[in-house]
Amino acid sequence: MDLKQLYQDIILEHGKSPRNLGKCEGYSHEAKGYNPLCGDKVHVYLKSDNEKKVESLTFEGEGCAISLASASIMTELIKGKSFEEAKEIMNAFLNMIKNTSEIRSNHLNEDQKTKLMSLSGVKQFPMRVKCATLSWHTLVSAIENKKEEINTEKLDK
Amino acid sequence: MKIENIKSQFPIFSKKINGKPLVYLDSSNSSQKPMCVINRLNDFYKNEFSNIGRSIHSLAINATNKFEETRTSVKNFINAKFKEEIIFTKNATEAINLVATTFGQQNIRKGDEIIITELEHHSNYVPWHFLRETRKAIIKFAPIDDDGDIVIEKLQKLITSKTKIIAVTHLSNVTGTIVPIKEIVEIAHKKNIPVLVDGCQGVPHIDVDVADLDCDFYAFSGHKVYGPTGVGILYAKKKWLERLPPYIGGGAMISEVKKDKIIYAPLPEKYEAGTMPTAEVITFNESIKFVQSIGMNNLMKHEKEITNYTLEKLRKINSVKIIGNPKNKAGVIAFTIKGIHPHDIATILDEDGVAIRAGHHCCQIFHEKMNLIATARASIGIYNTKDDIDMLCKAIENCRKIFDLK
Repeated sequence: MDLKQLYQDIILEHGKSPRNLGKCEGYSHEAKGYNPLCGDKVHVYLKSDNEKKVESLTFEGEGCAISLASASIMTELIKGKSFEEAKEIMNAFLNMIKNTSEIRSNHLNEDQKTKLMSLSGVKQFPMRVKCATLSWHTLVSAIENKKEEINTEKLDK
Repeated sequence: MKIENIKSQFPIFSKKINGKPLVYLDSSNSSQKPMCVINRLNDFYKNEFSNIGRSIHSLAINATNKFEETRTSVKNFINAKFKEEIIFTKNATEAINLVATTFGQQNIRKGDEIIITELEHHSNYVPWHFLRETRKAIIKFAPIDDDGDIVIEKLQKLITSKTKIIAVTHLSNVTGTIVPIKEIVEIAHKKNIPVLVDGCQGVPHIDVDVADLDCDFYAFSGHKVYGPTGVGILYAKKKWLERLPPYIGGGAMISEVKKDKIIYAPLPEKYEAGTMPTAEVITFNESIKFVQSIGMNNLMKHEKEITNYTLEKLRKINSVKIIGNPKNKAGVIAFTIKGIHPHDIATILDEDGVAIRAGHHCCQIFHEKMNLIATARASIGIYNTKDDIDMLCKAIENCRKIFDLK
């Protein structure tokens, strides 16, 4: 595995300057995620007045380049999507990371798919998969108004 | 034996990792194994295998003798007084659990205090935490300073009439701090408080003499001393092993079993229930011989030289920060690079064949104290050379390049 496939420019760039960092104004949903093995933390803030569409999506967090880039790309792609679409995209993302290496979603354009595909390299690094998936699990938790913090050690492997 | 030739005795170093020669800097986690150790394990299974203990046949007698030979070697290696003060467990963690459980059962009541330190590995905290849960004990943490040294005066001030035991590491697996155990034992014994030492990083890297330290318990693992996995050692003063209750019940740890009473076996069998890691314990003797053939003084001298070289080289790299600066430091070097998360460092270094560890190294208390989420850690073994350290530094430079650091 060529390392460049994992640390692609897009990941390094998002890792260094994550988009949508902070609390979005008037957020209606939030959830926390934690990876106790490496200490990565993420806090997702989502604004939706009608409980259907993600009007705004931001995050706060600390972690490695992979986890920050994944959260950053996620906020970019999910903003403007419906809750249902967001969940579908997350499933497509998890499926890419865990199984296929491709992304199958009707709710993303080619550019957006390319962006997400940049994270597919973690598949080769089992210890790093949770870095990439933490923010996505946390997003779903926010959408579903779950109170409990997401803990990567308690998720299905 | 010449230090320069040592690497060649470890067959793993002839393998390529990710197409590159292996630079192994994770010996604090576990050490690699020399050929003599690998051969011994193989030989025992091939030519000598039998369980130890009660069977009368020749193979069993031989295996029992060999098993006991290791016990004698360990006794001599750490300078214990009696052979039966050496108890085999599956690892140091189990050895500490053995003491926490049996000592706790007998001596810890509600409100009693246990002193540990902020340097401890989770394996010298969690077993005591069980006593906090089950027996309502109180755990007090002796603080460390910014250099990563335990502040002895502050530890001393934590001692009260309720203090029942002090448990402390010999050598930190994050900062490499060599803890002044003798001093702590003297303070504790003045108040009749026993001391347990987590010697996991001690035995592989410094000359350990339990008679001189005068500690009550000393735990370590064989796999960090160039030995096989599955072997832990608990040294305990005989008076404690005689006084404390048994830990695990089963075969071999009993001398008489009736429907209405059971008499436990004498030491050391009292603490060795069931089939032990027979082959691994027997093989561990070879690891001790390996270390003795190098000589502990030569080993320490070599590791000190490599450690100093590493520190000197790392300090020259921009944005690298070494965590802790203890008075007495062994070859465990935790560091951070500003702008790169330790997990990213470890993954990128691995691609260059450089194996380090990243994370909290089972020391979350330490990391929290230092306001760190994680660190990268390079740890040194007898086989490491200056070339390895040059490779480490080259890989770090590559890492900095990937992350575009100035």
